[in-house]
Amino acid sequence: MTRFRLRAAISEVWWKALGRAGLTRERWERLPLTARRAVVVTTWVGIGLVLTAAFGVWQWSALAVAAVVLFLLVPPWDRLGVGRVRVGRFFAPAAVLALAIAYPYYAGGANLAGMPQLPIFGPLPQMSTMVVMMIFVMMALGLNFVVGYAGLLDLGYVAFYAMGAYMAGWFASSQFSNQNVNLGAVGILPGTTGFHFSIWLVLLMAGIATALIGVIIGLPTLRLRGDYLAIVTLGFGEIMPQIAQNGNDLFGTGFNLTNGTGGITPIDGPGFGHWIHDHIGLPLNYLNVQDTPSVPGGFDTVFFWTALALVLITVFCSARLRDSRLGRAWIAIREDEVAAAAMGVPLMRTKTWSYATGAFFGGVAGAFYASYRSGTFPDDFFFNISVFILSMVILGGMGSIWGVIVGACFLAYLDREGLSNVGAWINDKVLPCNGGTPPAGKVIGHGCIDVPGIEFGIFGAIIVIVMLFRPEGLIPSRRRAQELHEGVHDEPLYDVSH
Amino acid sequence: MATEVTAHAPVRPRRPIVSYVMPVTAAVLLVLLVTWLAINFEKSPSYFFTIFFIGLTVGAVYALVALGYTLVYGILELINFAHGDVFMLGGLFSATMIVSVFGLSTGASTGALIGAIFGSLAVAMVACGVLNVAVERVAYRPLRNAPRLAPLITAIGMSFILENVAIIWKGPGYTAVPDVLPRGHVFSFSGVTYTWEKLIVVLITVPVLVALLWLVQRTKQGKAMRATAQDRDAAAMMGINVNRTISFTFLIAGALAGAAGLVYALYFGQIRYDTGFRLGLIAFTSAVLGGIGNLPGAVLGALCIGFIQAFNEGLSWHSPGSDWTESIVFSILILILVFRPEGLLGERTPEGG
Repeated sequence: MTRFRLRAAISEVWWKALGRAGLTRERWERLPLTARRAVVVTTWVGIGLVLTAAFGVWQWSALAVAAVVLFLLVPPWDRLGVGRVRVGRFFAPAAVLALAIAYPYYAGGANLAGMPQLPIFGPLPQMSTMVVMMIFVMMALGLNFVVGYAGLLDLGYVAFYAMGAYMAGWFASSQFSNQNVNLGAVGILPGTTGFHFSIWLVLLMAGIATALIGVIIGLPTLRLRGDYLAIVTLGFGEIMPQIAQNGNDLFGTGFNLTNGTGGITPIDGPGFGHWIHDHIGLPLNYLNVQDTPSVPGGFDTVFFWTALALVLITVFCSARLRDSRLGRAWIAIREDEVAAAAMGVPLMRTKTWSYATGAFFGGVAGAFYASYRSGTFPDDFFFNISVFILSMVILGGMGSIWGVIVGACFLAYLDREGLSNVGAWINDKVLPCNGGTPPAGKVIGHGCIDVPGIEFGIFGAIIVIVMLFRPEGLIPSRRRAQELHEGVHDEPLYDVSH
Repeated sequence: MATEVTAHAPVRPRRPIVSYVMPVTAAVLLVLLVTWLAINFEKSPSYFFTIFFIGLTVGAVYALVALGYTLVYGILELINFAHGDVFMLGGLFSATMIVSVFGLSTGASTGALIGAIFGSLAVAMVACGVLNVAVERVAYRPLRNAPRLAPLITAIGMSFILENVAIIWKGPGYTAVPDVLPRGHVFSFSGVTYTWEKLIVVLITVPVLVALLWLVQRTKQGKAMRATAQDRDAAAMMGINVNRTISFTFLIAGALAGAAGLVYALYFGQIRYDTGFRLGLIAFTSAVLGGIGNLPGAVLGALCIGFIQAFNEGLSWHSPGSDWTESIVFSILILILVFRPEGLLGERTPEGG
C-alpha cells in the first residue's frame, strides 16, 4: 500500500506549493479541460527542451518535434466528430501510425543526423533497430493473447518464436540439399537446391505450423492450473532450443534437421517478384533495395514498413478478437475460472484458442525475423528471450494493446541500442572511466560499467518493480487494473476441469 | 434381424480409450528403461556401478536444492524461481571462502580441509538463509493477497536480479574452485571404485537432511510450519505468527541451498551465474517427481533424477548423451505434471488437475 501514500504525499506537497503561488487546486479544476491540457503538455515539452539543452544534445529540429507534439496532444482531437460519427477515437492511432510510417523520412538513413537526441539515451533508434522493435511488438502482442487476455502464464513463448524461425529456415533456404523446389521465391539462382518458398507463403506456413504446435503443447497441459502450466511451458521452451542445437544428427540417424549450433543461414529475403514490381512498384527483392531519398535507409526501411504492416494486422486481430465472443470468454476465464465455467464457457477449447492465436503471431514474427537476419541460430532461443518478451507485456500492461506496444518498443530499443547508449553516457559523465573498459571477464571495474552485460538484471528489476508498485503496467487496460487492485480471486474452490 | 439384435444388446460401459494411454505408455517406457539398464549392466558391471555412485552423489546435491523448492511450495504454493540462484550464490560464497579466506589449495591437510569445509558451510548456509528471507520480504510478501501469478512473476524477476548480482560480483565466466577434496579410494572392489570426494558429499548431505526432517517433524517450529502449510488462516487463529513462520521456512530453504552450493562447488569445481538456473530447474523437477510439498518425496525424486542423469551421460550403450539431458529431464517433468501431478509419493492436490 506504499504506493498510494507516496503518491498522495507528493501531490499534497505539489498543491501546497502551487497554492502559495495563487493557484489552488479548486481554481485549477475550474479551468476548461483543453486549457489544462495545454498547460500540462506545454510544461512537459518545456522540461524536455530544457533537458535536451542541458545535456548538450540540442538541435534546432527539437523545436519542430515540440511543435508536432503540441499539435497532436493539446487540441481535443478525440472529441472530433463528422456528423454523428465519432472519428476522433481513430485520431490517436492514425497519428501514431503516420509518424511511424514517415519515420524513415525524418530519421532514417542519413536523416538521423539532423534529428535531436534524447538526454542520456542518445540518438533516436536506427532503422535496423526499428525493424527489430516492430518484430518484438508483434511477438509481445502474440504473448498478450495468452498472458494478457486469458491470464495464462507462458514461460516458453520462445518455443513458438523458434518454431517460426526454423520454418523459415526449412522452407526458404538451401537446408535440404536433396530438394529443388522454387515456389515464388525471389533472388534465387537457377539450380539452387533446397526449398525456396516465397517468404509471404512461409510467413503464413510458419504461423499455421506454430499454431498447431501451440495446440499440441496446449491440449495436454492447459488442464493444469497457473503455476504448473508456467513450468510446463518453460519445459517446452527449454526442450525446443536443445532440439535445435542437437538436430544436426537427429537420434543418430544422420538426418540434418537444424544444422546444429551452426544454425541455418542464409535464409532468403522477401520480395514481390517481377510482375508486381513492374505494375505496382513494390520492391522486387528486399535485399537489393538501395538507400535513396525516396527510400532512406534502404533495405532496412522496406523491412520496417513490412513489419509495420504485420504489426497492424496483429493489432487489428488483437482488438477485434478481444471484443469478440472468444475474447470475452478469455477475459472471463482470466477473471474467474469457476464462474466462467459455470456460465458455460468451454475452458479447454477457449484456452487452447488463446494459445494457438498467441503461437500464430509468435511464429509469423519468428519467420520474419529469420528472413530479416537471413539466419536462425539455436543460441537465440533460450529462456532469456521468453522472459524478455514477458517483461514487455508486464511493463506495458497485461491485456492493454497500447501498453504492450509501448513496452515492447521500449525494451527492444533498450536491448538493441538504449542500454549501450545509457552505459556510454554513465561511463562518460558519471563514472571516472575515461574511455576505458572494465577488466576482462568483469562487468564493473576500472571505474567503468558494462551496462549491456547486466541487461537481464535490469529487465528482472523492471519486472519486480512493476509487479510491486504498478501491477497493471504503464498503460493499463482499465479492466485489468481493476482486477489487480480489487483482487479478484483466482483461487478455485474446487477443480472444475474434471 | 441380426442388426436389431445387436442394437438392443446390453452395452457395457466402456472406459474411454484415453484412460489406457497413460498406464500403457508408462509400462512400455519402464520396460524399455529396465531393458536398457540391464543390457548396460551386463556389458560392464563395474562401470555400471561407478556410474551408479556418480548418480548417487549428484542426486544428493539435487536433494538439498529440491527440498528448498518443496518447503517453499508446501507453505506458500509458490514456485520460488529464485531458489536456484540462491543456491548458485551459495556456491560462489563457498568458493570465495575456500579460496580467499581459508586459502585452501589442492592437497591441503585433512585438518585444514575439515575446518575449511565446516567454516564455509556455516557461512554459506547463514548467508543464503538470510538472502532467501530478504527475497521473500522484498518480492513475495507484498503480494501475499495478489492474484497467484503475481509472485510467480516477481520470482522470475528476482532470479534474474540474483544472476546479475553474481555477474557483477564474479563476472560472467566460471569461478574455479581448487580440487581440494581427496580423490583416493574408499574401497575398490573388482573394478568398482568409490572415491572419497563422493563419500564426503554424502557425508555432508545426509546429516543436513536428517536435521531438516527432525526440525520439521519433531520441533514446535516445525509444527507451526506444517500448520501454516495446511491452512494459513486457521494457523493464524491458533496463535501462530504466520509471517514469521514463512520467513523461517525461507531461512531453512536458503540454508539448504547454501549447503548445496558448497557441496556443488567442492565436487564440480566450477560455478557461474547461470549454474543455479539450470540446476534449479532440474531440482524443481525432482521435487515434482517426488510429489511437491513432500519432503521424503523430494529426496527420492532427486535421487531418481540423479541416476537418470548419470546413466544418460555415463552409460555407453545407446544412451542419448549429455546433449539431451535437459530435454530428458524436462520431458519427465512435463509427463509427470500432465499424467501424475501428485508425483511418486504426494497426495493428489487440486493444483494438478
